[in-house]
Amino acid sequence: MNEKISARVALEPERYELTAAAPYRFDLDRREFFKFLGAGVLVVSALKPAMVAQESGGARQRRGESLPKEIDAWLHIGENGKVTVYTGKAEMGQNIRTSLSQAVAEELHVPIEKIEMVMGDTQLTPFDMGTFGSRTTPTMNLQLRKVAAAACDVLIGLAAAQLKVDRQRLVASDGKVTDPQTKRSLEYAELTKGTLLTASLPAEDPLIPATKWKVVGQSTPKVDGREFVTGRHRYPSDQKLPDMLYGKVLRPPSFGATLLSVDTQKAEQMGAAVVHDGNFVGVAAASTESATAAIAAIHAEWKSEAQSSSKELFEYLRKNAVAGKDPSGDGDRFDVGNVDQALGSADHRLQQTYTVSYIAHTPLEPRAALAKWDGDNLAVWTGTQRPFGVRGQLAEAFRIPEDRVRVLMPDTGSGYGGKHTGETAIEAARLARAAKRPVKLVWTREEEFTWAYFRPAGVIDVTSGVRNDGTITAWEFHNYNSGSAGIRTYYEIPNQRVVFHEVDSPLRQGSYRALAATANHFARESQMDEMAHAVKMDPLEFRLKNLKDERLRAVFQAAAKQFGWGKSKTAGQGFGMGGGYEKLGNIATFAEVNVDRKSGDVKVVRVVSAFECGAIVNPDNLRNQIEGSNVQGLGGALFEAIEFENGKILNGRMSQYRVPRFSDVPVLETVLLDRKDLPSAGAGECPMIGLAPAIANAIFDAVGVRLRSLPLVPDGLKTS
Amino acid sequence: MSTIRLAVNGKPYTVDTDPQTSLLSVLREQLDLTGSKYGCGEGQCGACTVLIDGKAQRSCVTRVGAVSGKQITTIEGLASGEQLHPVQEAFLEAGAMQCGYCTSGMIMSAVALLKRNPAPKESEIIAFMDGNICRCGTYPRIVSAIQKAAKATKVAAAAAAAKGAGR
Repeated sequence: MNEKISARVALEPERYELTAAAPYRFDLDRREFFKFLGAGVLVVSALKPAMVAQESGGARQRRGESLPKEIDAWLHIGENGKVTVYTGKAEMGQNIRTSLSQAVAEELHVPIEKIEMVMGDTQLTPFDMGTFGSRTTPTMNLQLRKVAAAACDVLIGLAAAQLKVDRQRLVASDGKVTDPQTKRSLEYAELTKGTLLTASLPAEDPLIPATKWKVVGQSTPKVDGREFVTGRHRYPSDQKLPDMLYGKVLRPPSFGATLLSVDTQKAEQMGAAVVHDGNFVGVAAASTESATAAIAAIHAEWKSEAQSSSKELFEYLRKNAVAGKDPSGDGDRFDVGNVDQALGSADHRLQQTYTVSYIAHTPLEPRAALAKWDGDNLAVWTGTQRPFGVRGQLAEAFRIPEDRVRVLMPDTGSGYGGKHTGETAIEAARLARAAKRPVKLVWTREEEFTWAYFRPAGVIDVTSGVRNDGTITAWEFHNYNSGSAGIRTYYEIPNQRVVFHEVDSPLRQGSYRALAATANHFARESQMDEMAHAVKMDPLEFRLKNLKDERLRAVFQAAAKQFGWGKSKTAGQGFGMGGGYEKLGNIATFAEVNVDRKSGDVKVVRVVSAFECGAIVNPDNLRNQIEGSNVQGLGGALFEAIEFENGKILNGRMSQYRVPRFSDVPVLETVLLDRKDLPSAGAGECPMIGLAPAIANAIFDAVGVRLRSLPLVPDGLKTS
Repeated sequence: MSTIRLAVNGKPYTVDTDPQTSLLSVLREQLDLTGSKYGCGEGQCGACTVLIDGKAQRSCVTRVGAVSGKQITTIEGLASGEQLHPVQEAFLEAGAMQCGYCTSGMIMSAVALLKRNPAPKESEIIAFMDGNICRCGTYPRIVSAIQKAAKATKVAAAAAAAKGAGR
C-alpha cells in the first residue's frame, strides 16, 4: 500500500499505450447483468483467447483464473425501444458520447434520442484498454457500427417472421421495420417484446458507405449539452454518497522523500479519521475545510534527497540516457542507407539541437475519486482515461481480485493524456477503508501540478544533408527522453538514422496529448525550414519536392491556399508552416506572427490548419478539436514550462504557470478535407503537432531569429 | 462556527460553518450545488464564478461570511424552469464547450458581462472573460456564443418593447 503511493513510478511515456494488449479477464457475473437488462435484443461478442494478455503497467496476471469465460454485451434494445450501448471508452470532452451515438443511430436506423451510452463502467461495459491514442474513432466507432448493423439485422429477421414475408423486401428506418409493398411496419419496441434474444457479432458486416451516411458525417450537437450548460452534469469531483467524508493526503515536501516521524494526535482530536500506513498519511473528515485543517495539524518530519533542477535539465537528459539500453531492435531505431557517407558528400550539412520542456496537462478538473467499500467489494467513481487500468491498480494495491473492484467513470473535466493512472482512486479507497464510510478526495490544483505526471522533456539532435537542388540526402535524428511517437520522417530521404534514447527522467512523466509527436515534429519541421533557407528555396516548395505522400501533400497545399502563402509581408510580420502525419491523420498548419522587436512581444495573429482524417464523422466537432488543439498547443509552443529544483515544483499554481487565455487566441481558420473513400480516424491529437514549428518558422521569417527550444518565448523574444 | 444566512438562487438557506470557509465549499458541500467548480482555489481560472448581487465573483476566494444577506446566483439558478437563459442557449447553439468543466463559470461571467454591457465589442468580451480558463481551447466559440446571446437578448428586448408599445 505505502509503496504504491510513495513510489516514483517512472511511467513509460507512450510505449505502454502502443503495445498494451487486453488484460486477463475474470468471470464476472454476467448472468446478473443479463437479468438486469431484461427482455429485448442483445448484441454480444465472445472474446478470443488470443486477446488474453497482460496489460503492461497493470496488475500481474494470475494464471488459472483468467480464461475468457464471458461474453461482452455491446448493445441492448429494450422492450420500450430504448437502445443502450456499452463501451469502455471514456468521455472527457472529445465528444465521443455524441460521435458514437451517431454511429449507432446510422446503422441501427434509430433516432439518436433513443440511444443511451453507458461508458467506462468496468462492471457494465466490455473491457477497454483506455481512451488514448486517437483510437475511439478508428476502432470503437467502427465496432459500434458493426454492432448496430448486427442488431438491425436481427430486427429485420424478427419482422420478416412476424409479417411472414421475405426479409429482403423489408426496410429499417426511424426505429421501425417497414414492408414498402404493404406499407405495414413494426416498431423496434414491438419486435423486441418477450424473451431476451442474443445475437453474436459477425466478423464482417456490410456497413453503410460514407457516401450514403445520413447521421454520421453530420454536425450533431453534443447529445447531453443541456446537462453542461445547466450545471446538472455530475463530474467525478461532484459525486456524492450518503454519509460521505472528504479526504485529504499529507504530501511530502519533495519527490521521493521518506517519512521519518509523524504526530497525528491533534488531527485525531479534531475528529478526523487518520490513516498512517508507511509513507502514506491521510485524513477523512466531514468537510474539505475540516480535512484540510486536520492535515495542517499533523506534524511530520521527512528526509529529502538532493535532486536535479530544470536549469540543468537538458544536460541531464543527454547524460542520463539509460546505460546498457541499446535501443536497436525494439523499434526505437531505424536505419536505412549510409547516413555518414551521405552527410559527408552533401552540398549543405546542418547540425542543430532542439529541446522541449516538461509541461503540465492542467486539466481544469483535477483528479478526483469517490470510494466506497461494501465488505471486500470496492466501488470507485473517478476521472480516468483507463477505468480498467485503474481497476487493476486498485486490485493490486488492496490485494483483492479484480472482480471485487468496480470503477465508474462519470464524464470527466478533460484529461489530455494526463489521467491514465489511479493515484487518487487508491488514496480515496485507502481512506474509505479506514473511515468505514465513503470518502471523496479531490486533488487541489497544487497537488495536480505536483503529484500527477508531466509531458516528457526532451533533447533532439538533428543532422541533415541536402543537395543544392533541394534534395535531402541524409537525415540523422536522435531523441533523448521525449519519446518515439512521430519520430520517423515522412520526407523521402535515402539515408537515415533515427534513434530514440530512453532516459532516467528526473520527473515523473507520462502521456500527453499527441505524445512526442509534438517534439519530433517541432524538430523535424524546423530543420526542414533551415534546410530550405540553406538552399534558398521557398519552404513550401522545398517540402513538396521531398514529399511523395499524397494525403500530406494535399493538406500542405490546401493550407497554403487558404493562408495565401507567398503574399508580401510588413515589418515585424512573419509567416511559417509545419505539418505532418500522426495517429492516421494529416495536418498542415500555417502561422502568421507579429514580433515587436522593441518590446520583444510575439503575437500569433492567425493560424490556418488543413486537416484530413478520412471520412469525417462530425464536421463541427472536428473543427472544435482542431481549434482546441491549436489553442492548447499555443501554451506549449510559446510559454508553458515546469520549473523544478530539488524534488520541488517551483511554479505549481495557476497563478504561476501560464496557460493560454482568451487574449492569446489568434484568428483560427480550419480547412477540412473529407475523404469519404477512406476509413475515419481520430482527431484529438494530430492537429496539434504542426503549430509549434509553424510559429517558430514564422518568428524566423519575421526577425531572422531561429528559436530551437519549446517554449519559444516564455519571456518574450530577446533579439539582442 | 457561526450560523450564516444565505440567499442562493432566490431561496433562503441557513448554514453552520466557519465564516472564513469559501463560498464555493459551502455551495458544493453543504447545499449540494455542484455546478460551480473548483479549478485553482486562487481566483485564477473562473470555474467557480457565481453572481453576487449581479456581479461576477470567484466563489473559491469569497468567504461565506462576507456574502450573508446578498443575492447569490449560481448556474443552477439561471434557467427559469425548463426555459434556458439566453446565454445558456447560445452556448449550446455555438457548441461552445468540449469537456464542459469551465462552462458554468464561463456562462456566469458572460451573464455578468451582458448585464453591464448588453452589446459588447469582441475586444470587450475578450478583456472581460480573460480571467476564465478553458483548457480545451474553445475560446473562439465562447466569444461567438456571447455575441449570439447579446443579439438574442436585444431581439427579445425589442420584441418585448414592441409588444409593450402596442398595448
